[in-house]
Order: sequence, then C-alpha cells, then structure tokens
Amino acid sequence: MPPNELMTTTIPTSRRTPPEESNMNMHSMTVRGKDRYKSGVLEYKKMGYWEPDYQPKDTDIIALFRVTPQDGVDPVEASAAVAGESSTATWTVVWTDRLTAAEKYRAKCFRVDPVPNSPGQYFAYIAYDLDLFEPGSIANLSASIIGNVFGFKPLKALRLEDMRLPVAYVKTFQGPATGIVVERERMDKFGRPLLGATVKPKLGLSGRNYGRVVYEALKGGLDFTKDDENINSQPFMHWRERFLYCMEAVNKAQAASGEIKGTYLNVTAGTMEDMYERAEFAKELGSVIIMIDLVIGYTAIQSMAKWARRNDMILHLHRAGHSTYTRQRSHGVSFRVIAKWMRLAGVDHIHAGTVVGKLEGDPATTRGYYDICREDYNPARLEHGVFFDQHWASLNKLMPVASGGIHAGQMHQLLDHLGEDVILQFGGGTIGHPMGIQAGATANRVALEAMILARNEGRDYLHEGPEILAKAAETCTPLKSALEVWKDVTFNYESTDMPDYVPTPSVAM
Amino acid sequence: MRITQGCFSFLPDLTDEQISRQVQYCLEQGWAVNIEFTDDPHPRNNFWEMWGLPMFDLRDAAGVMMELNECRKVYGDRYIRLSAFDSSHGWESVRLSFIVNRPKDEPGFRLERHEMAGRNIRYTTSSYAADRPEGRRYD
Repeated sequence: MPPNELMTTTIPTSRRTPPEESNMNMHSMTVRGKDRYKSGVLEYKKMGYWEPDYQPKDTDIIALFRVTPQDGVDPVEASAAVAGESSTATWTVVWTDRLTAAEKYRAKCFRVDPVPNSPGQYFAYIAYDLDLFEPGSIANLSASIIGNVFGFKPLKALRLEDMRLPVAYVKTFQGPATGIVVERERMDKFGRPLLGATVKPKLGLSGRNYGRVVYEALKGGLDFTKDDENINSQPFMHWRERFLYCMEAVNKAQAASGEIKGTYLNVTAGTMEDMYERAEFAKELGSVIIMIDLVIGYTAIQSMAKWARRNDMILHLHRAGHSTYTRQRSHGVSFRVIAKWMRLAGVDHIHAGTVVGKLEGDPATTRGYYDICREDYNPARLEHGVFFDQHWASLNKLMPVASGGIHAGQMHQLLDHLGEDVILQFGGGTIGHPMGIQAGATANRVALEAMILARNEGRDYLHEGPEILAKAAETCTPLKSALEVWKDVTFNYESTDMPDYVPTPSVAM
Repeated sequence: MRITQGCFSFLPDLTDEQISRQVQYCLEQGWAVNIEFTDDPHPRNNFWEMWGLPMFDLRDAAGVMMELNECRKVYGDRYIRLSAFDSSHGWESVRLSFIVNRPKDEPGFRLERHEMAGRNIRYTTSSYAADRPEGRRYD
C-alpha cells in the first residue's frame, strides 16, 4: 500500500474524548471564587491547572509531556501538577495570586491520554499563554517548560515530547543565521548533499598535522571538514595553530579544485569573550564557517547566531551532550524539541542522525527531526513522532548533518532516508580509506554524484544502489577499494526511542 | 587540473544523452534551465555570462539541447554550465548546476600568500587563464 494511503489518528489541539478514555478526561474540577484562595493545600487539578474544556488559542504555546506518575498517583493530578509547576503554581495556595490575572497565567492541562502500549505512562497536553514568555529567548522558554518540573516527587519520570510554537512566538526569533538556500549560494553547491568529514584522531594532532588531514580531505573532493566537539585549545594544539593551518589547507584545496571549501572551526571555549575572540580570528582568516557545541548553553548559542548573522558566517552546531537527556523514552527532552529550539535559536547546521550509522536513531523518528529542520510547515505526523502542526513562518531552514559510522557503500540508503539537503559526514569513511585520505574523499564524492545522476535519470536507485556504485567504481579505483573494505559494515541495533504510533490502514468508507 | 565545480564534475564528462536526461528531470520539477558560459572560472565568480534567458515554460529537453549546441558553436573553448532555477516560495534559487563543456586545457589557479602580522596569511586565488584578456584566455 502506498504511504499516502496509510492513516493515523491525528490529535487535534482541542479536546477529544474517545469513549474508552471518558473516565479520565473528566470535566473541570477547578474550585472557583473565594474558596479557591483559602489558605492550605489544594490539589493541582482543583487549582485551575486541569481544564479539559479549554480550547487552546492560536497564540498559545502547547507542550506535550509523557508523564509517568508514581504508583497510586492520579494521572490527571500528576499532569495538572506539571502544568502548575511549569507556570504559576507553588505547593500551597498563595493570596498574592489575587493581585494578578492568575487565570490567564496558569498553564492549562487540557487533555490526558494513556500512551499506547505503555502501561503507567500518559500524554499530557498543556497550553501556555504567550505572555508567560519573553520574546526571543530560549533560556526563558526552557526555564519555564523544563526548569522545575522534572524532579517533581509525585512523578517517576517525565519527558517533553513535542511543542507547538505559535507563529506569534516564532517571529520573535532571528532563526538560522544563513539558512540552507544562502549557504548553497555562498558555497556554490546545488543539487546534491554536501560532503564532510571530521578530522581524526580527534585528540593529539598538532596544528600542522591536523591541517594535513584537512587539505587531503578537501582536495580529494569533500566540501567541508570539521573539528570534533572536544577540539578546543589543548596542550597538543592551541586554537590559533589549528585555525592558521586549517585555513592554509582550505585555500590550497580551493585553488587546486576551483571550488569553494570550508572547515568548521570550533570556537567553543570557557567564556563568551573567548568565543568571540576565536570567531573574530576565524573571520579575519577568511573562514566561511565556524562551529559551536550544544553544551555552551542556549543563550551562548543565540549570541553566536547573532554574531554569525552580522558577520556573514555559517554556524555549525554539534549536539554534544544531547543524548544525556534525549535518548531515554520515559525521561528527559525529545531531540525533536531540541531541534525546534535550535531552529529558533539560529544555528545553520545541526547533527540530526544518520539512520544507518553507528548512533541512535530509528528511520521514522529521524525523518521527523529532518522535517522540523527543513520544512516551512510541518503537519502533525504521529508516525514520525511529530504531534503538532507547526508553521515556521519563513524562518530560515536548518541544514541537518548526518555523521557517525557511515560510508560510501550506503550512499543509496542515505539519499533515500535523508534526501538532498543534508551534509553527509564520512570521518572514518574518508580518513580510514586504505589508499589514503584523498582517495577516501574521492570515493565518497564519486559515489554521491553517481547516485544523484541515477536518481535524476529516474532509476530505482534504492534497489539498484549497489549496482550503480559498482558501475561508478569501474572508472574510480578509490571507490572500488572503499566498497571492498566496508562492504559488510552495518550497525543494526534496536532503537531506544521510537514513535508511539504506527501507521494502520484506514477503514474504507 | 580539472575544475570540479557543479554537481557531476567527479564523473567522466557527461554525454549529450546524459545531459538531456538531467535537463528533462529539471523540467519535470518545474524548474527553468539556463545556459551560462565563462572564461573566468574563479570559484567566487557567480555571474557567468547568460546565453539568452532561462528557458521558462519549456517541456522538452530537446529545446535546451539545441540551444546548448548553438552555444557550444560560439563558445566551445570555454566553460559552459546548465543551471536550473526553482521559483517556489522558500527556495527561489538554483536547484541544480553542472558543467557541460570545458576548455581543452585547464591551467588552474595560482594561490598567492601575503604574509601579515603574526603568522596570519592573506590568500588570493587567481585563474592563470584570467591573466590574459577576456575572450582570448583559452586560445
């Protein structure tokens, strides 16, 4: 059956009460009037944080949490508590609420559903009024939504699964400094994924040796090379050494190929002042791109995005550290939320998974991340883990990066899973080539161009992939050798994070 | 040297039949194909000369191939590329670009290094061919 005939239940943002859940989605229990403010402790669901009749406004921010209450705790009360603790509530009634428009500021849980096939877990939909948030600040958004509630005792676990960001809020952010279209125009590269490689070994190379790897990889045919997340300024290589030798390598490779090349110079450092100093030096040397790590924090990321926009610089983000809170299904923050925040924050590149490589990521979930990065409008697609319709209001597009355990022999699968607007990073798959780094780079580039050519010609490249590669290898020894060395390398492990909804055939009308 | 700009420069030069299939793909996507030529292939030379206007509303690749052959008759000693423009909202730029003609001899680029303060170096890339006047660079 073709995919467009597969149907799933879409969850509207308003209340829906299927009969089997009617005992859970009860009517409002909110205590109103004078009694609401009597001193003492009141259940959250009675304080106005559970409003099943509430119709979310177009300007509301909506968060979807996966709530796992402690044994014996009512799921509605647990969900109301999440709404309360992530907005106005404290553990007891306070009279000072009455000095404010408290009902407006209360986050409202308007729907609680059991998670399919996961006893004890519930999806809680919570709406937040736009006035609860400072415009253009991920720090403020995240301090509200994930600031306090994740350690709340009545919960065993809590996960922020997805968010609906209203256009009114999206428009308060700069968005990606450069965006996919302008990046392609600047790099003069159209019609194919870009190719990159992370310099290896990640630690220990001197500046001069490091630049050698960059030169070989770029001259061989890659568009970009990349610092790894933990290459900053260590005893074996001071950052200025790295920048100087890398730019020699970039310029030499540009002259040798007649193509624009770049290397992501990681400016991550201990303070903003140091990061600005490194970014300025990268600019002075003529680099087209700099890089930061997710661990520098949301505010630092937004600052660097503004700097990048002011200085015509592409900004690469390495999602260092994200798996500490994105990977487990029951607790933390889903990567799709991080991807949304990063598109708002304004980075140009983000690592978003490979599907076939060595790091976590099932195909459907990864597809959801890629759509969030690249589309102007994301319709809700539960089978990809995307719970809400999301308009991006022409905010620039964010280039996803696929990195970690991929090689030329998988080119057809990569193109099929990830599409054209993506950076494919073959670190080991370039540097580990038996004939050397240049040969490794050439193998990847030839494999890619051959696959794009075949796709555009209308061939069934996914199934004919190995054949297409073998044919291209007839006139390219490095590709032949790469296919031989890595032919059996796959990483087939069970994913820890998958969508909760699977497509089921629709009932014929 | 071989300039590797464009989408298919690492493959053997495309035959006219292969070029035609790529053009057909572009037309089927609703993109307008443009023929451009230059004798200054500097990587940052964005604006190659246009051989007429992008061909809007075309359905058959044969039209582009005919123009390409006309262009080759006049500028066969230079670089010629095809670029496909997508006018849809959110893109409004080039979608595919590839070289379809090259000079017999590609002399490549000189990299000049100006030593600055500290170990800083200012780099300038210039085409050897561009040392000669426009129009006589690949004689």
